[in-house]
Amino acid sequence: MSDPEAITDIQTSPGFVARAFANRSFVAGLAIAALVAVMAAISFFWVPYDVTYLPVTNRIQVPSQAHWLGTDHFGRDILSMIMIGSRNSIAVALVAVGIGMGVGVPLGCLAAARRGWLDEVVMRFNDLIFAFPALISAIMIAAIFGPGAINAIIAIGIFNIPVFARVARAGALAQWPREYIMSAQVSGKGATRITVEHILPNIANQLMVQGTIQFALGILAEAGLAYVGLGAQPPAPSWGRMLFDAQTRMMIAPHLALFPGFAIVFTVLGLNLLGDGLRDVLDPRLRGER
Amino acid sequence: MTRYVAQRLLVGLATLIFASVLVFAVMEILPGDPARLMLGIDATEDSVRALREQMGLNLPVIQRYLHWAGGLLVGDLGRSITYSVPVLELVAERAAISVPLALLSLVLLTLIAIPVGVYAAAVRGTVGDTAVMGMTQIGVAIPNFWFALLLIYLFAVWLRWVPAGGFPGWSAGIWPGLKALLLPAIALALPQAAILSRVTRSALIDVLGEDFIRTARAKGLGRRAVLWRHALRNALIPVVTILGLQFAYLIAGTIIIENVFYLPGIGRLILQAITQRDLIVVESIVMLLVASVILVNLVVDLSYAVIDPRLRARA
Repeated sequence: MSDPEAITDIQTSPGFVARAFANRSFVAGLAIAALVAVMAAISFFWVPYDVTYLPVTNRIQVPSQAHWLGTDHFGRDILSMIMIGSRNSIAVALVAVGIGMGVGVPLGCLAAARRGWLDEVVMRFNDLIFAFPALISAIMIAAIFGPGAINAIIAIGIFNIPVFARVARAGALAQWPREYIMSAQVSGKGATRITVEHILPNIANQLMVQGTIQFALGILAEAGLAYVGLGAQPPAPSWGRMLFDAQTRMMIAPHLALFPGFAIVFTVLGLNLLGDGLRDVLDPRLRGER
Repeated sequence: MTRYVAQRLLVGLATLIFASVLVFAVMEILPGDPARLMLGIDATEDSVRALREQMGLNLPVIQRYLHWAGGLLVGDLGRSITYSVPVLELVAERAAISVPLALLSLVLLTLIAIPVGVYAAAVRGTVGDTAVMGMTQIGVAIPNFWFALLLIYLFAVWLRWVPAGGFPGWSAGIWPGLKALLLPAIALALPQAAILSRVTRSALIDVLGEDFIRTARAKGLGRRAVLWRHALRNALIPVVTILGLQFAYLIAGTIIIENVFYLPGIGRLILQAITQRDLIVVESIVMLLVASVILVNLVVDLSYAVIDPRLRARA
């Protein structure tokens, strides 16, 4: 950021924190996301019960003082399972967003910087990848390497690539004709340097908002993959798998299906609120439109 | 107009070809020999070699691709290893469940989302709008398969209005068939409807601020007529775009939802094929699903020209 007029990044303006905390969506979303993150972090050191121990005599218990959310068909504590499962959901969705950003953003920036045939190639590549929903990629990957959490990450990550490429390209295209970019060009900076020093900081807001949305979608996608057996494999606890196990026991123990579902909805809702709030705070033009 | 259509068709065709190369290539990097995989470890070298020849595995890669892609074009999808029947036969049988399910959920999705979005836009800023938007916010966060489980519990286990799963077959009549598809279709449609109604609302709010709306009101047209006839038509481009994208989610969703309701559709077929390592089936179905996503995107692109006369004039 060598020339001061380039700093249009609203995020760095002094009122950001004040405005963010005045936004109800942002505060609610941040609180929920933080709660889930803390729960996942605590599960590394402590959970109410060991989930590798299977006290089968204790199976399918309704919520009680000893087991706040009850126990599953192996007698495992559901709260402990949900806590550990949150790590899996967060890890898969987060790395998938990383893959999407890591590949998609450079592609989008490249397309915007070079235009012409390269832009066309990148956009058509995007169309191509877009035709493979995460579940279909996951099916192909699972057909070859077998199911697992890593495959879920790759499948969801691949689906994220065109999303970030589009956002980055659209954002970068809006920046390129601006005066401060031209002055940077005149001062002899190359396209790569301009992209890194000026374009990226100015589209970071949009990328962050999209990142939050894709994070939420990733949690949903991971749960779906785990549910059909293409995600994390048992005995590793995952929210989607817990719902799969609960399904056959719906008649006798509906609570088994309730709590993992609530965990997913709560987390995704929190991330979506956070994304909406961020968008409102970072881009005041859009306020009230959604 | 013709140029726009031709251009879109060409892009669609190119995407389809590249997608087929991608699917073929991914299946090519599969470790191990498919012929040996099919025959098992006890098979003799001779029988493996014979099968390799029969399957055309000894041909060069390009020739095999052309053979496979050419087969797809004429409906020859190869033979399933586990079922020993042509894949096309299997797919056609299963599609009789999956296609109606996807279409039914698409219809439900549109019928729910657009009126809800229009209502929220019409009463923007009121309690009604806030309530609807709050509900859609939750709807977006609900995984369809969990929603399906809740529906099963409520309507099948508790109220006993509909079966909890399974499919009686169309031979049992249209009504029993539709009844079996109703809950799955609702489970697929509602979470997507939450997204689409939000898009409809925000697109309408954009349009309602424009001059021609004021003109229409000024010349004496009623609020309702302006909303449904003038505003909605102009807000349709983003709505149709999202609807097209949602179709891809519906297709992927049917794979999961069919498993929740034990519907013997394409989704169950492909997941079974994975566990049985029936790769010809996996390859063909993946290609069919991808082709349908590409086709729907093409239809969406072409529909722009119908919806928006300005685009027609420009092209």
